[in-house]
This record gives sequence, structure tokens and C-alpha cells, in this order.
Amino acid sequence: MSKTARALAIACAALSCCAALAVATPVKVGVLLPSSGVYAGLGNDQTLALELGFDEFGREVAGRAIELVYADSEAKPSTGLAQIKKLVLRDRVDMVVGIISSAVAGAVRDFIHNAEVPLVITNAGNDHLTGEQCSPWILRSSFSNAQISREMGPWMAAEGYQNVFLMAFDYAAGHQAMAAFRGGFVAAGGTIAGEEYPPLGETEDFGPYLAKIRAARPDAAYVFFAGGPAIKFVKEWAAFGLHGEVQLAGAGWLNSALYVDAQGADAEGTLGILNYVPSIDTAENHAFQERFRAAHGRSGSEFGVAAYDTARLIVEALQATGGNTDDKAALAAAMRATTFDGPRGPFRIDPATNNVIQNLYIFEVQKRGDGVAAVVREVIPHVQDAPNGCSL
Amino acid sequence: MLLDPGFLIVQTLNGLQLAALLFLLSIGLSVVFGLMNFINLAHGTLFMAGAYLALSAVRAFDSFWLALLLAPLGVAVLGALLYLVLLRHLERADPMRQVLATFGLIFVGVELVDLVWGSLPHTIAVPSVLAGSSTILGQVYPTYRLFIIALGVLLFVLLYAALERTRLGAVVRAGVDNREMVAALGINIGSVFFLVFCLGCLLAGLAGAVAAPVFSIFPGMDMSVLILALIVVVLGGPGSLKGVAVGSLIIGIVDTYGQVVVPGLARVTVYGLMAAILLCKPAGLIPVRSGS
Repeated sequence: MSKTARALAIACAALSCCAALAVATPVKVGVLLPSSGVYAGLGNDQTLALELGFDEFGREVAGRAIELVYADSEAKPSTGLAQIKKLVLRDRVDMVVGIISSAVAGAVRDFIHNAEVPLVITNAGNDHLTGEQCSPWILRSSFSNAQISREMGPWMAAEGYQNVFLMAFDYAAGHQAMAAFRGGFVAAGGTIAGEEYPPLGETEDFGPYLAKIRAARPDAAYVFFAGGPAIKFVKEWAAFGLHGEVQLAGAGWLNSALYVDAQGADAEGTLGILNYVPSIDTAENHAFQERFRAAHGRSGSEFGVAAYDTARLIVEALQATGGNTDDKAALAAAMRATTFDGPRGPFRIDPATNNVIQNLYIFEVQKRGDGVAAVVREVIPHVQDAPNGCSL
Repeated sequence: MLLDPGFLIVQTLNGLQLAALLFLLSIGLSVVFGLMNFINLAHGTLFMAGAYLALSAVRAFDSFWLALLLAPLGVAVLGALLYLVLLRHLERADPMRQVLATFGLIFVGVELVDLVWGSLPHTIAVPSVLAGSSTILGQVYPTYRLFIIALGVLLFVLLYAALERTRLGAVVRAGVDNREMVAALGINIGSVFFLVFCLGCLLAGLAGAVAAPVFSIFPGMDMSVLILALIVVVLGGPGSLKGVAVGSLIIGIVDTYGQVVVPGLARVTVYGLMAAILLCKPAGLIPVRSGS
């Protein structure tokens, strides 16, 4: 081979290499979920569903592959902030998704707002994130605490419950959920029999509080607990003889699909309200549940659905911008404009707050076959938060 | 609410149940403190170890009762190792060194538990025989919690008999009263102390295993009970079995009522009570040591 030919060949190889690079520059999506720490279980559930979502809605848009870059927030504010800085500044991701804990979301809020990189929150429900602290760069595909609990007050009043006891752990989410319920319930003519806010993360013995609820003789109790404490609360509720005596109701994580089987018969008859239950009877939900079950051998949960819908939100927004991620404002605007029918029903982002507008499902836990499951009693369509100090 | 007999009965039972757990936890702390003037702050860590070992035993053997047997034994072995490796060398050290070393062990314990079992809270299911509720004095109450109360009473009786009616018990009582005199009589007080220390660890492990189905199991679960146990020991008078029993009863009841009657002051009620009693009776309610 002559020298010229060799030089040509090398030049061609180099050029084609560059060309290939130009075509294949991937869209980098930073995923900030806890894979260790208190919320590792929820983080894992969302990771599985996010991957499932990209498998289904596509891992390539306009010739650009979608690359997920994972970071572990450990559900700690300091770690979460360090990791999101790493994702944005070093990995140069085009957007970030995830965040289970409201504390982490609060810690990264200012950084993301100033970095002007779109963030889609897949769980953290703190009202302020889409209220007074809202940002054009922060969207939420999951829920706000008030959004979930607000509608349950009027509904329970209409069902004839007049005197309700409130209980949640003493932290922001607990107080926000209870305040939202109380507002609607009192406005509808109900009275609050009492309220208890035990400290979060202490010995967590519900016994003394259950005795107090019983003594207050309410028609019903509305509570907000999730995870291990939710399992224990429902079981202790029954063991203290309250099952059948006082109607138990809660923000629907009390009976999440992730662990309602562990509560078994003790959960029967419990009322709940949530943005998703596995038994929703739509083609989209059946398809999601079948895929999730085939991949992981169990039902998909509300946590999974939020991540799954987020994958769709990203893919459809990227399609709308033609795969362009350089103009971050256009990307965020495309995300805000994306609407579709997902497993939980119609999904869209509220342009006034960047919080999701979605259906809520009021359900009752009933015996189904060998186990128990949430059966929908009523659907409240298109639930939207008031701006609460947000002006976008 | 306070005039509702149902509330009073159920809440008093809750108080007795907490008292039973505190009794099991505090007895080792108290006797070691009384016998050796040794403050083992890592005692709460052994309680946590009991809960986690019970969790692992339940997972491995699928039997709560086996876990209730194995976990305390495991904790006793752990306590023995701890004593031989570290605490033995601190016996004659000044109290500040003891407190600092055992305080450090608390953090080591929390991190180790986090490494081995992760930081997610866990629960153990109540065994099927004790699941569900019983009716007592016309009130529905969880059967398992009645079991805890019964266990506390049973162990008090057993320990009381052992302390009052056996030779070992006599040596321990004498040792608490005057350690040098017992040693001068030719009794190896060191080995007696080791035995008592291991027994105390065993009971702390038992408390942890028994508490596991009622409390959440998580790294750091030892802190809040350790504080209550220390208060029990100080309140009852170090080294006194009856003192621990009375102290546990008072703290169990006050803490349980305090949580719901004055929720904003939950722990303040307990501290306030301790301060008041120490002002009136600095040596505790039932002091053992004569002349000091």
C-alpha cells in the first residue's frame, strides 16, 4: 500500500469514527435514587420500573441512544446533593430523574434551579417543591402530599363519617397530609376527634396511641404511614381490637401493593386514597402489570408506575424536540407539554406548578382469592393542586 | 380520656409491657454498675444485637421460639467476648474512660448492624400462638403483649429467688455491698462478676428478641431504650433487683401515659421525675449499699 493510500485510509477511519461519534452522542439521563439507606426498597422498585419503561418506550430517539447514569442518594440530603452535582457537572447529564425523599429534593432544589437542568421528581411529595419553592426546571411526575389527601376529607364526610382521628409521624409529609385532609373534612362539616404525631424514627410502639384513639371514640381514623410502620400499624390496629370498631382509612401507602399481602386479613375493610392501585381496569394498566409481572414476578406498585410514566415522559419529550438536548429550556417545555394515558390514567403536567395532574382512586381493601387487594370505590378525575405561592 | 376505664386499663397494660422490657434490659446494667461501679453504655447495643440476631434466626429457622432461645445466647457470647477483649481492661480505669470507651462501642455497633443487616427497618411477625388478641378486664388487648408482661414477672421471680436463695446470689449481694470484704474472704469475685455480666447480657438480648415484634428493628433502636434503662438504674438504686423492678414500673407507666397525655413533653415527664426523685433520695429509691 502506498503512503498516500495509507494516509487516506487512516483519514477515512478517523473521519468515520468522528462521524459515528457525532451521530451516536447519547442522551444522558442521570438517575438519582437510593440503592442503600432507609428508602433502598423504594429506590429499587423505581429502578426496575424505569428500566422497564425505557425498554418499552425506546432507548433511542432521533438516532441518539438514551444512556442512564445511576447515582446513589442513600436517601441522605448531603449525599443526594453531592451526587446530583457529580451527575450534572462531571457526567454532564442532560436531565436528572428520581428522588424518593423530600429531604433530598429540598437539598438539591437550589442547585438544580441555578444549574438550569431539568429534574423530574419520581416520588418526593413535599408540597413546597411545586408550591412556594417551585422552579421551571423541576417537574414532578408522582404526587404532592396535599394532592393525595385533600379529596379524602369531603368523601369521608359524604360517606357519613363525622368524627375522625388523625395520626401520622411528626415530619413534613405527615403534617402536610393531615392538614390537607383536615381542611376538606372540616369544610364539609366534619369534626376532628384528636390528632397524634409520634416522633419519626424512635421506638415506634403504636400501643399508647392506639389506646388513646380508642378512648376518643371516633367514627374513623385517617392516618399516613408507609413501609414497615404501615404493616405494623395495620396489624396492631387489629390486635388492639380496633378493627371493626373504628373505620381505618389512610393515604393509600398504608396498604401499598408492595406489602398489603403481609397485612392480610387485618387490612380488610381499610379505606384508602392514592394515585394508583394495581386493579385499575384499563388496557394501559393491564399491559403495565403484565410486563412488570413477567419481568419481576410480582405486581407493580404506585412507586413503579411513577418511574415507568417518567420514562415515557422523557422519551416523548425527546421525540418532540427531535432528540435535541442542547436547548434545555425547550426540553423542559417539551416535558411540560407531554400528555398521555398511562397505567394510572390520563397523565399531564400542570403548567402552573409543574406538578402532575392525575386521577385519584378511593379504594377499599377486600378479600380477593387467597389474599387481599385494593378494590376501587370511586375515581376522582384530573386532580390538580392550587398554585400555593408558585408562579411559573 | 383519663376518666375512661377502658383507656386506663389498656394504657396501664401498655405501661406494664414497657416496664417488663425495661426490667429485662436494666437488670444487667444495674447489677454490673452496683457490683463493679462499671458503667457499660454499650448495654443498649446488646439489646439491639438481640433483636437483630432474633431477626436472622427467624429467617434461618422460621421459628420464633428458637429465635427467642438462640438470640439471647448469641448476645451472651457477644458480651463475653466484649468483656474479655475490651471491658476487662477498663475495670479499674476511671469512670470517664469507661464511659468514653463504651460510648464509642454504641457507634461501632450501629455501623456494624448497618453493614450486616442494612439500614431498612425490619419487623418480626408475632408467633401464631400469640398472634391476635385476648380479652382482659373487658378490654381487647394483644396477646403477645400479655406474654411480655408475664415473661417480665416470671424473670423477676426467678432472679429474686436466685439472688435470695442461692449461694451465688449471696456472693453477688455481698459483692454489691462490699467488694473488698468478699474478695478478702477468698471468693474469686472476678469470675463471679464475669458470670453476672454474661447473664446481664443474656437478659438484654432476651429483651431485644422479645421487643422485636413490637418495636421496629433498625440501626439506632438502642439509643432511646438505653436512656430509659439508665434512668431506671439511677432511679431504683444501682445493684438492687427490687430497685430495678420498681424503677421499671414507674418509668414504664410514666413514659406510656406521658406520650399521649402530654405529647409535647413525652420524655420531659420521665426526666422530671428522675430529677425529683434524685433530689429527695440521691441513692435511688431502694439503695443497697450500706453506709455509702
